Amino acid sequence: MTTGLSILATAHLKGPYVDFAALSPLIALLGGAAIVLLVGLLGSRWIRAQLVPALSLLALAAAAGLSIWQWNVEKSIVAGALRIDSLSLTLNLILVAGGVCTVLLAWRSLAAREAAHGEWHALLLTSIGGMSLLAAAQNTVALFLGLELLSIPLYVLCATELKREHSLESGLKYLIVGSVGSATLLYGLALIYGATGQTDFTAIDTALTGSSLATDPLTLTGIALCVAGLCFKASVAPFHQWTPDVYEGAPTPVTAFMAVATKVAALGVFLRLFDVALIEAHASWGIAVAVLAAITIVVGNVGALGQSSLKRMLAYSSVAQAGYMLAGVVVASRLGAQATVFYLAVYLFMNMAAFATILAREHETDHGDSIMGMRGLGRERPLLAWPMTLAMLGLAGIPATAGFMGKFYLIDASVTGGYTWLGVVIVIGSMISLGYYLPVIAAMWMSPAPGEAGESAQSATPAVSPAAPYAAMQGPTSAEGGLPTLAGGSQELDENPANPANESAAARTQPEVALIAIVAGAAILFFGIVPQPLFNLVHGVGSALGLL
Amino acid sequence: MPPLSILIWLPAACGVLGAILCTLAGRSRKVESAPRTTSAENVQTTAAADESDAENSGWGIPGVLALIGTLGALGLAIGYIADYSPGTSGLTHVTDVVWISELGIHYKLGVSGLNVFLVGLTTLLFAAATIAANLRTWQRPRLFWCFFMLAESAVLGALLAQDLALFVAFFDLMLIPFYFLTGMWGRGTREERVRATIKLVIYTLVGSLLMLAAAIATGVLASQQGGGHITFVLSALQATPLGNGSQEWIFLFFAAAFLVKMPAFPLHGWMPDGYRAMPIEVLMVFSGVLSKVGAYGFLAIVLPLFPQGAAHFQTLMLIVALISILYGSAVAFTQTDARLIAGYSSVAQLGFITLGIFALNPQGAQGALLQMVNHGLVVAPLLFIVAILSRRAGGSEDVREMGGIAFRAPVLASIFLIVSLATLAMPGSANFVGEFMILLGVFNAKLAIAIIAFAGVVMASVYALRLFIGAMHNRVGKDVDSHEISPRDGLVLVPLVAVIVFMAIYPQLALKRSEGSTKAAVASAQAALKPPLSTLAAGLRGEGEAAVSVEGAAPSGQTAGAGAGAAGEEGSAR
Repeated sequence: MTTGLSILATAHLKGPYVDFAALSPLIALLGGAAIVLLVGLLGSRWIRAQLVPALSLLALAAAAGLSIWQWNVEKSIVAGALRIDSLSLTLNLILVAGGVCTVLLAWRSLAAREAAHGEWHALLLTSIGGMSLLAAAQNTVALFLGLELLSIPLYVLCATELKREHSLESGLKYLIVGSVGSATLLYGLALIYGATGQTDFTAIDTALTGSSLATDPLTLTGIALCVAGLCFKASVAPFHQWTPDVYEGAPTPVTAFMAVATKVAALGVFLRLFDVALIEAHASWGIAVAVLAAITIVVGNVGALGQSSLKRMLAYSSVAQAGYMLAGVVVASRLGAQATVFYLAVYLFMNMAAFATILAREHETDHGDSIMGMRGLGRERPLLAWPMTLAMLGLAGIPATAGFMGKFYLIDASVTGGYTWLGVVIVIGSMISLGYYLPVIAAMWMSPAPGEAGESAQSATPAVSPAAPYAAMQGPTSAEGGLPTLAGGSQELDENPANPANESAAARTQPEVALIAIVAGAAILFFGIVPQPLFNLVHGVGSALGLL
Repeated sequence: MPPLSILIWLPAACGVLGAILCTLAGRSRKVESAPRTTSAENVQTTAAADESDAENSGWGIPGVLALIGTLGALGLAIGYIADYSPGTSGLTHVTDVVWISELGIHYKLGVSGLNVFLVGLTTLLFAAATIAANLRTWQRPRLFWCFFMLAESAVLGALLAQDLALFVAFFDLMLIPFYFLTGMWGRGTREERVRATIKLVIYTLVGSLLMLAAAIATGVLASQQGGGHITFVLSALQATPLGNGSQEWIFLFFAAAFLVKMPAFPLHGWMPDGYRAMPIEVLMVFSGVLSKVGAYGFLAIVLPLFPQGAAHFQTLMLIVALISILYGSAVAFTQTDARLIAGYSSVAQLGFITLGIFALNPQGAQGALLQMVNHGLVVAPLLFIVAILSRRAGGSEDVREMGGIAFRAPVLASIFLIVSLATLAMPGSANFVGEFMILLGVFNAKLAIAIIAFAGVVMASVYALRLFIGAMHNRVGKDVDSHEISPRDGLVLVPLVAVIVFMAIYPQLALKRSEGSTKAAVASAQAALKPPLSTLAAGLRGEGEAAVSVEGAAPSGQTAGAGAGAAGEEGSAR
């Protein structure tokens, strides 16, 4: 190492040419993170609570604008470390959309308040920057950098409800499991480097082409470890065990962000690494990943059955959805890549609609994210109930929602790629999934609100004081732990002199959360009927990867 | 004629418009209607008051708009029937727009001899059900009518779609409104309803989603064979038939979807719960129309696209149909819940229809198509009569608690009699013609199965007459308060019964128009059977025998009722 450094020090180094224009979306995100962090240090409460999120939105908007500016660019930048093409730019847009939703969801959340707005939003922007980096990564070093840049802020974000035990536990759990995943991936990348002597994706591809390296045990071990490492990140079974706990424990805006953005980044890198660098070894990993996808679909959907915590249910559902999307990776075709990215976009809308509704109900009711909180929503708040209904139907893949189109595209890709059985597994997964999506709809439309007709007797926490809506967030799983966390939640609000009593009342009405739910719900319906814009968006993705 | 899209989307548009207008009409109405909804609940549970309190009927803005929508659709459908000239076998009134070019999905609609009468049936039953539903006040009427009208649009879309992917989308979509309609306005406790709806949706979507996978596979495999761009247009798919192996598994997936929807014997598990939980107005269309979409799918999609598969599994399907007939009939005469008698009789009737389709010859297919229309026409008034009867029997739908109603309600009794006799396929009814043709077709295809299926004809008379006698005659039930049907209920029943009588007098209306299309639909499957000449000759001989034995068998079980049936029909015709 030291000799290497001394060589570096003495060598006449010529830095790589950096194309700042092509790099600009990433710069906007990371620069935005720095600015937000600094602005967050300013004294005024208004600046911290309002200006910081606004600046975050501005940074995200800038990143989106710059991505669109670079839309037709297709080139490698920073000495081939990153590649700007329609895959990375499309994923950028999806990530930014997810980021915007998250910022809005977190605008008045406890998490951002407790962790200080500046830090919270800076972490969020950094994580999005890491994802953007990952989606553009063109060699294994950039890949790993991006992965860590996205993961480390996320570990912290999970634990940002500092007074709530479950949030801290979730952060720690994610840290440990995520590190194992990162280490596994790193080891896999190292083995691939050892086998091929290359770090560039295209160079790895060239090295594997036409040689026996593609079936070399070293390469295969490397590939297997890479699969395992990425499966940790994308929560693919059997590496998904952390998902329900972390999703349930994390603050809801962070859960929404993780559910959407992490999937986008992980599947983006799946596409790049496997469909570009390791395409020659497709015969080896194709069937293995297909089996993993099938297992994931079954495990995720079965696990979600009977969950009463909606966040937990959506966590398992996200496991299943990762399995669906892997089908597009497995076939290693242009159609497959397009289908995966299409589904990612659709998945963004569906999950944002669902999480926004859950968040709104956490504020409005004392049931936290329990399914009890959804009762009677159709009668009380149809504007929230419809997006949630559409999200559930979309996730289940019912026609006239965007989810149907996404599934259609994925099944189309798998059948075309010769994996008809995987297409059948996808529909079997959809069938099972109805078993847990429908009860949510039934709770919203077919049940009286708790409290009416004496049904409140079933609810465990009817007497929670209105000032502590978060206390019940653990749902029924922590019936015995209800009191201490309840006390913690109330204490925080009582202690903080900046939180007068009217603040909690104001926190209950959140127009921006309802807005996200409505916009996402409308998008689910719109793209279910007029999917052409989304098809146009993902059109160039497959050709960017050089797939057939 | 206006384009088909108008026919499809008119009901949904009226439903949505009604909801919007009702919202705009303001909150004062809402407040005013609040106490009325509670009284509507009482009607539902105790069923004490029906026609007597006239101010309780709905006729709100959404209901009236829905009625306008359904009547408009009915008018259009009648126009299409009149416009469809007998002898044509291709599509008419085609709308063909590319919907999603990447996936090769077209928004292609068309009228053929196969769907024109089912469209008529759908619009007729929805119109009748709309009138029936307007006689009641619904909680959250805007939502109710929205879903109800969306259901009609989805069913019409499924019937008219000429693109496989579009058909699958509509086929899945039509379930969703019924899920809400049952779950939100159904009978029984909340838990029962929710359980019934989840069962209903999962059962039916299991089939539908398998069909989705199979449909996509069909499009992809056909495009790989043909070498062209992927397309799901039915006529294009028909031009590039798949290999035998693919046809067989794809056939099974499609069959699963349609058999669940019908429902057929091993896949009918959702039916009792679903039937019990649905509001009767919704059940009228559900039982009358949705099951037919399944049978229609066999005829319009499966036989033309997968003839080898159909030929390969012919015996299996015939046996499934046969078991459905026997099982449905047998259970129908052990049930005491009038609704479930209708439900299980549907299982049996749909068994007959499947039997006719998988005879894989034109007689069977035509009989099946006629029988689809007939069954829809019969089961909807039957269910509505059950609702009328239950109001006279203290709210119970149990046959044992009815009885003696005919004495004070002769008009109701004669309407019920016509419907019952049509259900049991009395000679002189269109159902008789349908069943006769089905059995004729099966006779030509598989003699043994036809012979056993005759038992079903006899059993039909047992359960239909048992229901009629049990409800109308017998000892007067303890809570029975019989009185004549009101003109408002007559508004629902009389048109339906008039159409039953009309079809009995003139079944050629349907037969002539559907002849060309049914022949074309079964032609390739029939060819796939590849009958050697000797069996063909045997088949022809069998045709004569069939005619004789049907004529011999039918009256033996039903001589007693024949005169009464004819009399009843004449009575109502006047």
